[in-house]
Amino acid sequence: MIHRQTLTQLAADLRARKVSSVELVRTFLARIEASQPALNAFVSITAEQALAAAEAADQRLAGGGGGALEGVPIGHKDLFCTAGVRTSCGSRMLANFVSPYDATVVARLKAAGAVMLGKLNMDEFAMGSSNETSHFGPVRNPWNTALVPGGSSGGSAAAVAARLLPAATATDTGGSIRQPAAFCGITGIKPTYGRVSRHGMIAFASSLDQGGVLAASAEDAARVLREMAGFDPRDSTSVDRPVPDYLAGLGAPLQGVRIGVLKEFFDTGLDPQYERCVREALAVFERLGARLREVSLPNIPLSVPVYYVVAPAECSSNLARYDGVRFGHRCRDPRDLQDLYKRSRSEGFGAEVKRRIMTGTYVLSAGYYDAYYLKAQRVRRLITADFERAFGEVDLLMGPTTPTAAFALGAKTADPITMYLNDIYTISANLAGLPAMSVPCGFTAGLPVGLQIIGPHFAEQALLQAAHRYQLETDWHQRIPEQYA
Amino acid sequence: MALTREQVENIAHLARLELESGEIPQFQQSLSRIVDFIGELERADTAGVAPMAHPLPGLAQRLRPDAVTERDEHELYQRNAPQVAAGLYLVPKVIE
Repeated sequence: MIHRQTLTQLAADLRARKVSSVELVRTFLARIEASQPALNAFVSITAEQALAAAEAADQRLAGGGGGALEGVPIGHKDLFCTAGVRTSCGSRMLANFVSPYDATVVARLKAAGAVMLGKLNMDEFAMGSSNETSHFGPVRNPWNTALVPGGSSGGSAAAVAARLLPAATATDTGGSIRQPAAFCGITGIKPTYGRVSRHGMIAFASSLDQGGVLAASAEDAARVLREMAGFDPRDSTSVDRPVPDYLAGLGAPLQGVRIGVLKEFFDTGLDPQYERCVREALAVFERLGARLREVSLPNIPLSVPVYYVVAPAECSSNLARYDGVRFGHRCRDPRDLQDLYKRSRSEGFGAEVKRRIMTGTYVLSAGYYDAYYLKAQRVRRLITADFERAFGEVDLLMGPTTPTAAFALGAKTADPITMYLNDIYTISANLAGLPAMSVPCGFTAGLPVGLQIIGPHFAEQALLQAAHRYQLETDWHQRIPEQYA
Repeated sequence: MALTREQVENIAHLARLELESGEIPQFQQSLSRIVDFIGELERADTAGVAPMAHPLPGLAQRLRPDAVTERDEHELYQRNAPQVAAGLYLVPKVIE
């Protein structure tokens, strides 16, 4: 069955002309259409453009040409700008916004030959951990539709888990790639801050946001990331540094690799069955020749409060651009300019986005700036220093991705702090700008469990290598929800 | 710390948001919870620690030559604007 093939296999079959891109696109489009009522993973399905792009890809392949991902179907999280296609960011504010240009990530994947099938649902402006804040309705978890897929990249994760797409783009500000990867039983990588261009990626928190990939395996993720990553003069925080070939050396042995087991991640909030799966995964790494030792990062427990100062502060600045004047939602019959601003924003944003904007406004306001914002930035440095010390002793850090497996829709919407604490193990990597992955490592009560791997800056290759070696030994990443198998 | 109704209204005004009277108590409650939660940071000893604004150490802001690199595409961009006339964005009258 086509949909069960890895992206790596599909790319090879396309190249060998064993299958056409049009055939692949039709197959996946049919699966997407059929899944929408149950999963709601897509905000827009771009069937016509996809088929036209597939035909063009088939022609290039017939001529022996085309890029590394020529003809391969993919989807983009709906916060990557796509020229001529609605880019909603999961918000009423941008429900009618048609981007005039492509994000760099979109342009690069297009240049590599990938064919976009549609735009994926997400938490509004990427603010959420359950995909319940989307203006376009929640996404549901393909393993159990009573449960959330995680967020904010919930549509991307659900689509890959249900094999509606071989891979999808996503973004991660505090765990939005890794947490849904864990909840949906797939592989996700958030690269080092600055590795993937943010140009055309709608901003939430500029010092934390980073684009990445959700895929069925580390090898597939490496294949996509290789095309996405690299310097972009249009993003002033993009890092000018060569991109290694993430596929080369994927199979390198783990003999002697030093793995730090992150002590603070095995806290009282961690589900015991989840912990058992993660410990078993660690034992696999030990069998593969890695050396395990416990590592303590004492300031890590402060990650969530630091994040809920820094991220809302940056969000309140970034989202000031939505003023009802140049683009986005505008209220009817504004009395004056103030009324135009206030009603356009209040009608265009949902409750969680408003809460974050107000939190940010509060921590940046006169009299509170030092106590909250500057204080949080100081603690952010302490957390980063903890990681630097740890990476003086070990090559990689490992632990659980989330404290529990996927939870029920509505279970955590009453209290924002309960929802925020869901990202307790993922946020620190964003604060320190480190690359991090989530890899499927078992099941608890029928639901997927994620192993998190964190590396030093620009160690994507080492992360992918470790994940790939693990996936050669295990088959958790090959499990597909029965209904979509 | 419990935020008062007036404080929440003031924050909303600073953020150019208009809350309906009925939603204010909810925001009052959730924002108070958040302020308490981030208040935990007070306990951290940060004496002599410099604030960190950027996640990559030692990365200076890059400058580019002051040269024109983009074309004028205002017509394309203004297709997303709610109200435009003669290439200008329209807003309610600001000066009487």
